[in-house]
Amino acid sequence: MKIALSTSGHCLGSPVESRFGRASRFIIYDLEKEIFEVLDNKVNMNAPQGAGVQAAANVLIAEVKVVITGHCGPKAFNLLKNAGVSVYLAEGISVSEAIKLYQSNSLKKQESADVDGHWQ
Amino acid sequence: MKEIVVISGKGGTGKTTIAASFAALAENAVMADCDVDASDLHLILRPVIKTGNRFFCGHEAEIRKNDCISCGACLANCRFEAVKMNGDVAGEAEFSIDASACDGCGACVYLCPVKAIDFHSRYCGEWFVSDTRFGPMVHAVLAPGAENSGKLVNLVRMNAKKTAEETGGNIIITDGPPGIGCPVISSVTGADAVLAVAEPTLSGLHDLRRIMELARHFGIRTLVCVNRSDMNTGISEEIEKLSAESGAVFAGRIPYDDEINRAHDGGISIIEHGKGESVGRIREVWNETRRNI
Amino acid sequence: MSTGTGSKTAGKIFTVAVASGKGGTGKTTVAISMALCAETDVQLLDCDVEEPNAHILLKPSIQGNEHVSMPVPFLDEAKCTGCGKCSGICAFNAIVFLKKPLFLPDLCHSCGLCMKVCPGKAIMEKPRHIGILEIGAKGDVGFVSGCLDIGIASSPALIRAVRKQSKNAGLEIIDCPPGTACSFVTSVKDSDFVLLVTEPTRFGLHDMTLAIKVIKQLKLPFGVLVNKSISDDDCIGKYCSSEKIPLLMRIPDDRSIAEAYSRGVDLMEVKPELKDGFLKMIDAVRAIAEEDGGK
Repeated sequence: MKIALSTSGHCLGSPVESRFGRASRFIIYDLEKEIFEVLDNKVNMNAPQGAGVQAAANVLIAEVKVVITGHCGPKAFNLLKNAGVSVYLAEGISVSEAIKLYQSNSLKKQESADVDGHWQ
Repeated sequence: MKEIVVISGKGGTGKTTIAASFAALAENAVMADCDVDASDLHLILRPVIKTGNRFFCGHEAEIRKNDCISCGACLANCRFEAVKMNGDVAGEAEFSIDASACDGCGACVYLCPVKAIDFHSRYCGEWFVSDTRFGPMVHAVLAPGAENSGKLVNLVRMNAKKTAEETGGNIIITDGPPGIGCPVISSVTGADAVLAVAEPTLSGLHDLRRIMELARHFGIRTLVCVNRSDMNTGISEEIEKLSAESGAVFAGRIPYDDEINRAHDGGISIIEHGKGESVGRIREVWNETRRNI
Repeated sequence: MSTGTGSKTAGKIFTVAVASGKGGTGKTTVAISMALCAETDVQLLDCDVEEPNAHILLKPSIQGNEHVSMPVPFLDEAKCTGCGKCSGICAFNAIVFLKKPLFLPDLCHSCGLCMKVCPGKAIMEKPRHIGILEIGAKGDVGFVSGCLDIGIASSPALIRAVRKQSKNAGLEIIDCPPGTACSFVTSVKDSDFVLLVTEPTRFGLHDMTLAIKVIKQLKLPFGVLVNKSISDDDCIGKYCSSEKIPLLMRIPDDRSIAEAYSRGVDLMEVKPELKDGFLKMIDAVRAIAEEDGGK
């Protein structure tokens, strides 16, 4: 199974990036094979709007089942949820620590959109 | 490191007065002006710019006159009334784009039969990292009439955090935008606390309710203070009651004070000015704020 | 007139946009006072659709509502070939493509491009509700106000709808949103005159200069009203005389005005003696706009 982690760096020692849609890139980690690839998210990082949903589409195309990030907005969250992807929250730790915590069931699962993009 | 954002719902309640005072009272702080639409904090903090960066966001269309065959497809495809036709007949008239009306959708660009329309990145403003007499400051100006201040606000906050990390700052004091729209949301998400500056008027009370609801929605600790509280003591009391009922911390009342404008005319904060009834009260609001973050 | 649109010049409507770079300067108070003082047919349009406040002071009786919507795309699945072109061209990231397009109306700007480029003609449009217009009157003053639905980010579309309610005669006064961003531009565009309401403080002056930059780009004639005025020799007065900007009126800094406002009482009720000043200002505004139009 593959999982996606938002990050500002390029490797497993890089920190988990708190933002989802405007993260610099994603590490797509394969739990069985223990290998990863890096998915660039620069286009969405600089998008005027809709960064979250397009980032969600990209991780869905990469066929992940789990996303680990700091905050995930409602549009992206609903898109992921409808596609059967779970979102877990992590912040202030490295990608590899986040993977370990996920594997030991220690990460908090996001049940609903915690940060609303255009709330009025 | 902590981050406190001064917000107001309604404009003109004294947000910047408070933010500038906090800058003068805090130690080891980094200041961020997120009111990129109509920033004023720099008038008091008088930053010396160290680095400036241009900010681009979205696109705008521009017709290359030499390549245009004057068919009028752009006019027919634009839903934002941004294509101007100078002349009466297609084939002869001169077509141009009114940049202030262009939404950057690209319909004219894609649908132009001779590809005579360019789609530039839109220049939307600038942001700066500066020094002030109270510490570093990150601020920005939105280009006149430009949109997407939410994104520029994000840039300011990210760089304020970065600056605080680099300089060992322990608190970020942010002057937020008015209203409850997208730029405000960009200013407050993930902050440690917001201080809502309210004025005791019917509109002020109405807008305070909405801004408190917004802070609650994002689970951000909320403090409330009333500025010019003696203008209507009845509504001031109502504001105090409202903040108690909704779980916010009431940080104090600040009386109307002529000295504030005098201080600002001289380009200094009311705290440095040192005269006036409000000085002591703003100090109390600051102490209360500090205790709560 | 150089600034009016064709349809407007045909009628004898005269549009004054009341604006201010800074919030809280008394823009709404001035807009309402002008409407109440004017003796011609007059209509007040509240274009501050995010925080419509004019009704609190004017207290009009509302005679009708009108729903405002904008077109958003939907898919005829049978015709969709899954080419993904719609998602690729959308400038607003409003179409997510996973085998088939998924349209996100919250992000859509209603440009219609996806529908036009779809090779299989599989995209059609349906209306989406964005807000309500309230149409009413207070005595002889016509009133239109727009209220944006919660969670809708497209104020300009609703502002355009408010402005379409314009009658084709008399005096039209627009209460503009604060700031200088695109909702401000949409509100002042094609007006005959922009009246900038400011206060004589450093902040007031600075924010006014920001608004002036935009108004100059739009090539609209404009003038200034100083609210909470203490002295004729203030920073606004100096700026206006050095920049040759007409300073049209001063409303004195008077505690009774602020207190009345705090209770939702309009200026004309507290200070009826200002009526003359407002009427003179409206005449001056017309004269300046005509002179500008003659250029």
